[in-house]
Amino acid sequence: MTSMILNGERRAVRAAAETPLLYVLREEFGLNAAKFGCGLGQCGACTVVIDGEAVFSCITPVMLAENRQVTTLEGLGTAEAPGPLQRAFIDAQAAQCGYCIPGMMMRAHALLARDPDASDAAIRAELEPHLCRCGTHMRILRAIRLAADAMRPRSTAEAGR
Amino acid sequence: MTLSRRAVLAGTGALVLAFSLLPARAQTETGKGEGPRRRGLPGSLDDTPRLDAWIRVAPDGAVTVLTGKAELGQGLKTALLQIAAEELKLPLARLSLVTADTGRTADEGYTAASHSVQDSGTAIRHAAAQVRALLIGEAARRLDVPAERLRVRDGAVLGPGGARIGYGDLVSDALLTAEAQPTSPLTPAAEFAVIGRPVPRIDIPAKVTGGTAYLQDLRPPGLLHARVVRPPSYGAVLTQVDAAAVERLPGVIAVVRDGTFLGVVAEGEWTAIQAMRRLAASARWRETAILPDAADLPDALRALPSRDSTILERGAPGAAGTIVEGTFTRPYLAHGSIGPSCAIAEWTDGGATVWTHSQGVFPLRRALAGLLHLPEDKVRCIHAEGAGCYGQNGADDVAADAALLARAVPGRPVRVQWMREQEHAWEPFGPGMVASVRAAVTPDGRVADWTHEVWSQSHMMRPGPPGALLAAREIAEPFPPAPPVALAQPEGGGDRNAIPLYAFPTAKIVHHFLPDMPLRGSSMRSLGGYLNVLAIESTVDDLARAAGWDPVAFRLRHLTDARASAVVEAAAQRFGWGRGAPRAGRGFAFARYKNLEAYCAVAVEITVDRETGQVGIERVVAAVDTGEVVNPDGVANQIEGGLLQATSWTLFERVAFDRTRVASVDWSAYPILRFSAVPRSVEVHIVAQPDQPFLGVAEAAQGPAGAALANAIRDATGRRLRDLPLTAGKIKAALGA
Repeated sequence: MTSMILNGERRAVRAAAETPLLYVLREEFGLNAAKFGCGLGQCGACTVVIDGEAVFSCITPVMLAENRQVTTLEGLGTAEAPGPLQRAFIDAQAAQCGYCIPGMMMRAHALLARDPDASDAAIRAELEPHLCRCGTHMRILRAIRLAADAMRPRSTAEAGR
Repeated sequence: MTLSRRAVLAGTGALVLAFSLLPARAQTETGKGEGPRRRGLPGSLDDTPRLDAWIRVAPDGAVTVLTGKAELGQGLKTALLQIAAEELKLPLARLSLVTADTGRTADEGYTAASHSVQDSGTAIRHAAAQVRALLIGEAARRLDVPAERLRVRDGAVLGPGGARIGYGDLVSDALLTAEAQPTSPLTPAAEFAVIGRPVPRIDIPAKVTGGTAYLQDLRPPGLLHARVVRPPSYGAVLTQVDAAAVERLPGVIAVVRDGTFLGVVAEGEWTAIQAMRRLAASARWRETAILPDAADLPDALRALPSRDSTILERGAPGAAGTIVEGTFTRPYLAHGSIGPSCAIAEWTDGGATVWTHSQGVFPLRRALAGLLHLPEDKVRCIHAEGAGCYGQNGADDVAADAALLARAVPGRPVRVQWMREQEHAWEPFGPGMVASVRAAVTPDGRVADWTHEVWSQSHMMRPGPPGALLAAREIAEPFPPAPPVALAQPEGGGDRNAIPLYAFPTAKIVHHFLPDMPLRGSSMRSLGGYLNVLAIESTVDDLARAAGWDPVAFRLRHLTDARASAVVEAAAQRFGWGRGAPRAGRGFAFARYKNLEAYCAVAVEITVDRETGQVGIERVVAAVDTGEVVNPDGVANQIEGGLLQATSWTLFERVAFDRTRVASVDWSAYPILRFSAVPRSVEVHIVAQPDQPFLGVAEAAQGPAGAALANAIRDATGRRLRDLPLTAGKIKAALGA
């Protein structure tokens, strides 16, 4: 039996070790955000963050998450109390159908945690593995920029304390 | 009678009689609004006149708005609630909304053709205004004061001396069962408090926080997971499969085989997928090589039997001038939903309930009832949002799959989601098309002659008929293939937007409707409008160049519709067209969607890497007139999305196939726009038209965006490319030529 730290809580996993993480998140833990898009690591809809790295959960066996920190979009806040990245996506109205958005947000989350001052070019380059079919790209870029700006003063202030 | 080899393609199973022997069904794209209005009532009220079909007020004052249209990620829910809130004078947050559900809402056909705000929004607006008037009338009776002295605010009617009666206290069982009247006390645009505001979409918070936002996220108690095994190619027949071995796998509940239809039901999703793979590995198929030569698709299409109609003939053709002519082609295009199609079905009491992201729950119910041999009232279809579809993707087909599999395990809901390769191979594609234009321009810069011919199969193969569903063609006793639907002018199908909006003195437009379907096809955003506008606007550009005219000025001098000119001027002005030194790599295009809906003009600036042929889009500026605007940010979002999606179609996309199988079954074989090709900036400007009727906007950018990009490539390279997609490889080859 595997266990992982899912959105800050240690959780035991019943599924077989080779089960893709995506199905464990959705079926065993009832999470919605990570989506099945291709099952091939080509579209990014299933992206979650493991120990700070964005990964395709559809092709990541759950055993690779053993004892590691797994963060999904649910870990960043709720509709009632959205985190800064979620707030920014709402403020920028950065969704049409929205199916690709959670994956985009998780990769952006990992990027901004690593590089709070990521340039626009760096954000674009980072999102290259992700597909959006509705053509919401400009708003996604704007939302990530908004989030970066909103997060930076606070982190600077905290660092200065 | 003759048997046509090609006709095999139309079905997915046995040989059928050639389609050209079948009468085409006449239909509109929404499945509604055909023929004269029956009652003279606005929007969908004409079909469903009872007020409480649209607005319900509970005794506790809770107000429910009902629509037969569906949220597809286009922001429909928010727009309809804005409209209802405005006319009911209620805060939007106090309203709840029920969308397409055969058990609860009006039948508004398909959520398609950019019709939802004008059909459903108009109905809801009038119904809400009439409900408000009825509630005021009731308050006037009870308070014994003239209605003119009453006001409404926050869900209550206010009268003299502080009198206040809530909507819930005023409503009675009979009050809202009234039929709508032809005229309504509509709120004038100058008094709008909610319409016209960029109200944040109500669906976005759940979507960005992992809420239950999609059909894919529904988990009713007892849920089972299922997968289907689709044939490897059109018309393939299942000859052998080892079902017993798969049925013995732990967690597998049932393997269902009916003819060539094959699926497996399991306790868990991953179990279902593994079982599906085992089934597929043991399956043997008999395939037939029935596809055309992909390298020769345009000629193959033009060689098909066609039903020809001249949809416009004006003046005497053949006037003298400088001739510009060319043949434009587009390949089959995939809708390419990021989330493969999904449905949940439950079989109880000899009937089926199906949760679906179909664009038409009522037509789907008809088809499923036929497929399942049930009366329609034993089937209920409830819309739940899926990933964006942009037309008919696999939504209806997967609903049929789920219903057939649920029948095998009564009493438990069964969820089926297609695999990526199934969506890519089996969705009904946007049809491959050919458009030929020949035109002449006089030395003084007037278009003197114009001929446009377009070849296309049907763009409208949605259910109703059970045979429109994949599974209905695969089962042992298959339904006949659905006959091809030729959508009529003025909206048109393959000939959508084939008639230019410009005032050309002579014009002849011919639609070659192809009853055969080399690849499975149906509605995809803007239908034939995308290629026809691209052909028209490319040719207009070349005519302007031949006559030595600026392309924007050339368009303006041929436009007589003031709103069209205003949109062209707005886009040109915001872009800075003609200002500064002329730069290589600019393109402009314009169309009014269907010549009936929103006006949209697009200007684009690009760079072309001469070594690789790659296009870099510096900026895109669009102007749009969509009549009265319910939600300006929603309009901007739809236009931005259309601009980028059409950019993807234009630069990258093509369904690939050999003589037997569709080959582009994943995102590596069917590349679409990625962030590296996204424009540096996109601006959308709305030309306001308060108090004008709502015009459909969701598809308005497709044609102009593609055409502006094609014109910019012409401008940058000196080469006119006419065979889509305009890939880097083709551009590089053209530059080297």
